[in-house]
Amino acid sequence: MNYFPEEVLEHVFDFLTSHRDRNAVSLVCKSWYSVERFSREKVFIGNCYAVNPERLIARFPRVRSLTLKGKPHFADFNLVPHDWGGYVYPWIEAMAKSGINLEELRLKRMVVSDESLELLAKSFPNFKSLVLVSCEGFTTDGLAAIASNCRFLRELDLQENEVDDRKGQWLSCFPDTCTSLVSLNFACLKGEVNVAALERLVARCRNLRSLRLNHAVPLDALQKILVQAPQLNDLGTGSFLHDPDSEAYCKLKNAIKKCKSIRSLSGFLDVNTRCLPAVYPICTNLTSLNLSYAPGIYSSELIKLICHCKKLERLWILDTIGDKGLGVVASTCKELQELRVFPSDLYDGVGNAAVTEEGLVAISAGCPKLNSLLYFCQQMTNAALITVAKNCPNFIRFRLCTLDPTIPDAVTNQPLDEGFGAIVQSCKGLKRLSVSGLLTDQVFLYIGMYAEQLEMLSIAFAGDSDKGMLYVLNGCKKLKKLEIRDSPFGNVALLADVGKYETMRSLWMSSCEVTYGACKTLAEKMPRLNVEIINEGEQIEASPDDRHRVEKMYLYRTLVGPRRDAPEFVWTL
Amino acid sequence: MEKNGLGSLETELRLGLPGGGGEVEIKNEKKRGFSDCYGGGENKNQVVGWPPVAAYRRKNVFNGGKMYVKVSMDGAPFLRKVDLSMHKGYSELVKALEELFGCYGIGEALKDEEDKCEYVPIYEDKDGDWMLLGDVPWQMFTESCKRLRIMKRADANGMGLHAKDLLKGLSKED
Repeated sequence: MNYFPEEVLEHVFDFLTSHRDRNAVSLVCKSWYSVERFSREKVFIGNCYAVNPERLIARFPRVRSLTLKGKPHFADFNLVPHDWGGYVYPWIEAMAKSGINLEELRLKRMVVSDESLELLAKSFPNFKSLVLVSCEGFTTDGLAAIASNCRFLRELDLQENEVDDRKGQWLSCFPDTCTSLVSLNFACLKGEVNVAALERLVARCRNLRSLRLNHAVPLDALQKILVQAPQLNDLGTGSFLHDPDSEAYCKLKNAIKKCKSIRSLSGFLDVNTRCLPAVYPICTNLTSLNLSYAPGIYSSELIKLICHCKKLERLWILDTIGDKGLGVVASTCKELQELRVFPSDLYDGVGNAAVTEEGLVAISAGCPKLNSLLYFCQQMTNAALITVAKNCPNFIRFRLCTLDPTIPDAVTNQPLDEGFGAIVQSCKGLKRLSVSGLLTDQVFLYIGMYAEQLEMLSIAFAGDSDKGMLYVLNGCKKLKKLEIRDSPFGNVALLADVGKYETMRSLWMSSCEVTYGACKTLAEKMPRLNVEIINEGEQIEASPDDRHRVEKMYLYRTLVGPRRDAPEFVWTL
Repeated sequence: MEKNGLGSLETELRLGLPGGGGEVEIKNEKKRGFSDCYGGGENKNQVVGWPPVAAYRRKNVFNGGKMYVKVSMDGAPFLRKVDLSMHKGYSELVKALEELFGCYGIGEALKDEEDKCEYVPIYEDKDGDWMLLGDVPWQMFTESCKRLRIMKRADANGMGLHAKDLLKGLSKED
């Protein structure tokens, strides 16, 4: 291969889009490593503390698109304290100083300050795309800076972030010369927006394909917007409340009919269900539907809507749909690939509609293309899971959450080991799995034995002994992320194969049986791991007894040693 | 020393002087299952972070994201309500309470300073127990707080007691 000029190699590498392929290619030989690193434009960093900005810039000087992930996944469920870390500022600062030509920044679970956004907006003249998912720390002032300064902005996508509303007019900060927007998603913002400015913005951005509004945009504004943007592919309505007998509603119906390109629909943050029929005309072509933020839509209305959606490939919904409703989905949505059913009531109210194993079995029978599932349910059985495994061998992601975390098989009262065992045995391509319900070490034996492609596993209130965790660590060769809470796994499992953790991105263990002593031992043996102990609560002892259990441990491989921005309550051993 | 299913001793209410005991964890003790500790399905939502619904979703889908709880203050003729989801931590909440009732220094009790304030902020959790504000992480508190009470320190038995000892005098009934 050393008689190929570098330009040829580079041209060949251009066809490699996945970062894993590029990573593999860079390991072949020094010359390939060198060509690859100078030509890589998109860099993915799954754990922002595994490397640092300097190393990124040194290795990939031509980076144009950076994806960074910060906090561990369990931070979503309030298990990680607020100021644990994951700050983006140092990355932006370093890239600005080094003259990186940054065009795209995608962040997940990171802390993003207004200062970071301002620096970002002013440092990269070609900046085009900002995607923030589950981030926090910024306000609408930061968004104003982006709007004002990024002359070629194509994408501003805010998904499920905690944003402080400063009652400024950030939307009005897009200059009249801004016509480049392709995607704008501000559904997670709480405050008012300048609706007139929004309408003008939409009118001048002729390439706009994706628009997701927040609850402050009323239905009549939606109508005016759709008239200006019939070319939309993806629409997130704001509030969907109006008098269905009004002229405004009538105009909306007509406007929607003209939007023949809409393939993805979401929103309905406030809804009058009598207004829903307005969207029926676009349902026929929908491939993606997200009604999981619309608790106001009852089961019967959901069913009526879904009956029109024969081409649906992705459906996110609340469990108000019920098992019957899922039956309708099963007979209507033959192209379904991804289903997420979220709980509608967390507090177990009386008459709470939830879904059971029945709904899931129906879906598996009706939707053979199903490959991704998130299912919160009231109960489950092994028989159901075995049937699902038979019907749908193509699962890549399978996440089951019983509302009672240790509930046994609803019919036999047995653990759900056999059911999950059937899933891992049948679904040879399974990459992500979350288990719940009453589970013994047996389920982990099955997982270790069969889940050969498994990359991420989430465990809660499961297992009997260290054996369980050992089965997983020994068996799942491709495991990247393991997160465990409230399970009886301890030091023996933790220390059995310390080298394993360098093949993984991270391990989270909380409310398990591991002790300080074992964590210290692990940290000593493995200098290229950061073993973090997270101590909340008032009593932070100076040197806890080695025999004390650790409440929360998060360990991850890293090239750059202990991080210097850890707060007081996080100790890197 | 019993461990509860959560394994978090720090948050377990027990009578006695704080920090007492100094006993070491017995690590061989088998972890009890969730159901062993909490019985049937009654208290399944007492656990932090279960069901694993993202915090963002919790705030936006359930109850419209609001977490209103009643606040009573000893001596005040009527109760107020406060929205816990509007605050990011204890200090913000305490400030809001102080403004609501025009009574300042409520926060002093949280800093373990005796006799600085005649009021002590406490809350009733999902188990029905009355707890001193501030012991558990904020998010855990918002998920388990049912109501608040700003109690007159003098109402407790004895004088000059450490705030945590005041809980001895409280019954579950208000």
